[in-house]
Amino acid sequence: MSRSPYLSSAPSVSVIMVKVMLALVPAIAAYVWVFGAGILVMLALASVTALASEALILKLRKRPIKPFLMDGSALLTAWLLALSLPPLAPWWLVVVGTFFAIVIAKQLYGGLGYNPFNPAMVGYAVLLISFPVIMTHWPAPLELAQAKFSFANQLEYVFGTTNGLSLDAVSMATPLDYLKTQLTLHHSVQEITTAPQFGLLGAKGGELVVGAYLLGGLYLLQQRLITWHLPTAFLSVLALMAGAFYLVDATHFAHPLFHLFTGASMLGAFFIITDPVSGPTTPKGKLVFSAGIAVLTYLIRVYGGYPDGVAFSVLLMNMCVPLIDAWTQPRVFGHKK
Amino acid sequence: MNALVNIFKQSLGLSSIAVNGGVHPPEHKQESTSKPIGYLPLPKRLVLPLRQHVGNLPKVLVAVGDKVLKGQLLAEAEGNISAAIHAPTSGTIAAIEDALIPHPSGLPDRCITIDVDGKDEWVEHAPYDWRKEDKTKLLESLRNSGIVGLGGAAFPTQVKLRTNAKSHVDTLVINAAECEPYITCDDMLMRERADEILKGVEVAQHLLGAKQCLIGIEDNKPEAAEALRLACANSPLAKLVSLKVMVVPTQYPSGDARQLIRLLTGIEVPADKRSTDVGLQCFNVATVLALHRYFDFGEPALSRIVTITGNVKTPANFEVLFGTPVTDLVKAGGGALDNTDDYIMGGPMMGFSLPSVDVPITKAANCVIASAPNLFAPAPPAMPCIRCARCADVCPVSLQPQELYWFSKSSNLEKARDYNLFDCIECGCCTYACPSNIPLVQYYRFAKSEIIAQDRAKEAADLARERNEFRLMRIEREKQERAEKHAQKAAGAKADAAKTEAKPSTEASADAATAAKKAAIAAAIERAKALKAAATPQNVVDAKPSVQAEIAEIDARRETAKQAASEGILSEQAGDNTVSTRDEI
Repeated sequence: MSRSPYLSSAPSVSVIMVKVMLALVPAIAAYVWVFGAGILVMLALASVTALASEALILKLRKRPIKPFLMDGSALLTAWLLALSLPPLAPWWLVVVGTFFAIVIAKQLYGGLGYNPFNPAMVGYAVLLISFPVIMTHWPAPLELAQAKFSFANQLEYVFGTTNGLSLDAVSMATPLDYLKTQLTLHHSVQEITTAPQFGLLGAKGGELVVGAYLLGGLYLLQQRLITWHLPTAFLSVLALMAGAFYLVDATHFAHPLFHLFTGASMLGAFFIITDPVSGPTTPKGKLVFSAGIAVLTYLIRVYGGYPDGVAFSVLLMNMCVPLIDAWTQPRVFGHKK
Repeated sequence: MNALVNIFKQSLGLSSIAVNGGVHPPEHKQESTSKPIGYLPLPKRLVLPLRQHVGNLPKVLVAVGDKVLKGQLLAEAEGNISAAIHAPTSGTIAAIEDALIPHPSGLPDRCITIDVDGKDEWVEHAPYDWRKEDKTKLLESLRNSGIVGLGGAAFPTQVKLRTNAKSHVDTLVINAAECEPYITCDDMLMRERADEILKGVEVAQHLLGAKQCLIGIEDNKPEAAEALRLACANSPLAKLVSLKVMVVPTQYPSGDARQLIRLLTGIEVPADKRSTDVGLQCFNVATVLALHRYFDFGEPALSRIVTITGNVKTPANFEVLFGTPVTDLVKAGGGALDNTDDYIMGGPMMGFSLPSVDVPITKAANCVIASAPNLFAPAPPAMPCIRCARCADVCPVSLQPQELYWFSKSSNLEKARDYNLFDCIECGCCTYACPSNIPLVQYYRFAKSEIIAQDRAKEAADLARERNEFRLMRIEREKQERAEKHAQKAAGAKADAAKTEAKPSTEASADAATAAKKAAIAAAIERAKALKAAATPQNVVDAKPSVQAEIAEIDARRETAKQAASEGILSEQAGDNTVSTRDEI
C-alpha cells in the first residue's frame, strides 16, 4: 500500500490549542487589570481540575494518557470556562463546572473530536441552571467597588473564608442584567445607561476585556486558525438584529454596539463558536450556524429569562450541526448543483 | 459562465483563476535543474514489464533465446486499450517470467528480460509522411508505437487521439504544469527540447483537428516557459491555429488534467464525462515529443527523461531506457547518501515506495527520490479528527474529506459513495494539511477498493442468481416437454389401437393431444403443490390440536382478507366507473 503523501505541513493539534490559549492572554491581562488577580486563581483551579479529570477518565477508558493530555484541548476548555464564570465564585463552582465539561460533555462522548456539544458551554450552562444566584454575582470593576479589596480578599471569597465583607459590597449587576431588570421597571434605555457600570460602548472596564478578546480573535484569523465565516456572520447578524430593533424603538432596545461589546459576544465570536469539533465544517454551514447563534443570543437577551444567551444559543445550534452540514455540502468539481 | 469570466480576465491581462483549494509544499526543484539532461551507460540487462500502461496486457511476439534489435516490437497491443512493448536496445531475450515491478502493491508481474549485446543496433525504421497519410492509418500504426501518457497516468496515447462525431476536439491542452515537488523531468525537457515538443504538438493538432492549442505551465518554471514561447514563435503551427503558452500560478495539483483544463479554459469537465465530450484533449509535453519521434523518425517509445533527486549526491535528470534498473539511475545521480532508507517513485505527494531498488524504470516513472528520515519524517501517530476542515479547504475537487474519513473508517461505504468518494483524485492535499496526521488518502483508497470489490461480488451474485433461475426454468420446461411427449406417445398408442378396431379419427387424436397437455399441466400443478406443502414450516406439524386449530383459523382469516381485498379492488374499479358516469351526467 502506498503511504503517500510523504510530506506534511500542518501544525499539530497541540500547537493549534496553544496558539488559541496564547490569543487569550491579552484578555486575561485586561481582566486582571480591571477586576483584580482573582481570575488567575480561577484559571489555575480550572486547569488543574481539567487535567486531573481528563487523566482519570482516560485511565478508566484505557486510553493513552500522555498524548491526549498534551494536546491542550482540556486546558483550553478549562480556560474558556473559567473566563465565563464570575471571578469571585467559590472554588467548588469552578471544579464542578470543569469536571462536568471534561468528563460528561467531552470524555463520555468519546473524548477529543467526538463531543457534539461545546464542553465549556455545557459546563457553563449546568452551573447557570444549578446555581443561578452565584452565577449572576459579578464583581464590580475595582474602580467602582464600594469597598476596596485586595488579592487576599479575593482569595477569601474564592475559598469561602471571608468573614467581614459581604459579596454585595463588591459585586454589581452586569450591564446586561441591569438593563433587563430596569426595563421591566419602565425606564428607558437612555436613563438606564447613565448608571455607573455602563462605559463608553459596553460595561465600564469590561469593554477593555472585550477589546482584548477582539485583538486575540484577529490574531487567530491572521494565523488562519479560524476562518472569517464564523465571527463575521455572528457579529454582523447580532448587530443587524440589534440595529433593526433599535431603529424601531430606541427607548426599549439598546444600541447595536452595546450588544457587540457586552456579555460574551466577543469571547463567543472568536473563541466559543469557533470550536471546530462541535461546529459545522462547510463554509456555508458556518454562516448558517453563526447567524443562528446570533439570532438566538439576541432573542434570549431581550425576551429570555437570562441576561446573556450565548451559551444556550451555542448549545442549541450545536444540535443542528449534522443537519446544517448535510444541507450545505459544497458543489463538487465537475458536478452540477 | 466561468468560461466567460475567465476570458474577460484574460483579456484584461489578469492571471487566470487558481486551483480551488490546493497546497503549496516546498518545491525542491532547483536541486535537479542545475545540470543538463544526462545519459546512462547501456545496462547489462533490461527488464521490461508487459504492464507499463493502463489497459490489457500486450501479446508477446518473441521467445527466449531470440535475437532482438533496438526498436523491435516485442509485444503488440491487444484489444482496444493496450500498448506495445519494444526492445530499447539490441540483445537476446533471456527470460519471459514474473519479476518485481515498480508498483505500490509490491507484487511481481510478467516481464521480458533482455541481455544487452552493447551494439545498440537499430531495427529498420522509417518516418511517416503524417501530413499526407490517411489519419485512420496513422492511428492504426500508432497502436504499436508503445506511446503512453508520460505524465504518470500511462494511458495509451492512440486511444486519446481517436476522434469521432461524438468527441470532436477543438482545443488541445498541453500539460507542462509539473506541479509535484522534486520532479523536474518535464522542466528540463522543455528547456532543452522545446522545438521538438512543438513538433509533437503539430502532430497531435493534426490528428485531432484542433483549432487552438494551449500550453499550460506553472510560474515556477520561467526558463521552460520562455523556451516554449520561443519555440511557439518559430513554429509553423502558430500560423495555422491559435497557439499560446499560458502561465498559471504554482499551486499543487494544477497539473491534474481536469484542473489544468479549468485553469486554461474555464471549462469544468463534468465528472461523469470525458474531456473530449466538451471538445478538449490534454497531453503531457513528453508524450507529444514521443509522438514527434514516432512519426518524424519512426522511433517507438524506448526511453524517457527521469529525475533522480532527494538524498543523492548529485540530483539531475537522465534519459533512461525503459527496463533500466533503478540502481543504475541512483549511481548516475552520484549514489545515495548513507542515511537513505527508502526510494520513492513519483513525487512526494502521489508517489509510492519501491519494493526494491532493482526494479526497472517504466514508462510511467517520471522521478525517483532517495528518501531519508530527515527529508520525509515518518508521520507522528494519528490523533482524532477535530473537524477543523483544513482538508476541505485544500481539496481541489471540493469534497468534504472529514466526512469521507468518517464514513470510510466506519465502513459506511454507501454514504462514502453518496459524498462523491469516487471524485477523489488522491492528490494527497488533505493528508498534507491534516493537523491530526490522519492518513486520509489511504482511508479513501481502502474505501474505494472495498466498494469496487463489493460491486463485483454483487454483480457475480446477480449473475449466479439469474443463471440459477434460468436453470430451474429450463428444468421445469424440459420436464413438461417430456411429460407431453409421453402423453402423446400414449395417445398415439391408443389411437393405433383404435385404428385397428375402428375407423381412424383425426378429431379424436387431436382431442387426445389436448387432453395429454392438460394432464401434463395438471401433473405439474400437483407437483408444485406438493413442493409447497413440503415447504410448510416443520415446527407446526406436531403442535397441539388447539394451536393447530388456531393456525387454521388464522389461515382462513388471511384467505378471506385476501378475497376481500381483491373484491375491494373490483368494487373500487366499479366505484370509479360510477363516478365517471356521474361526471358524464
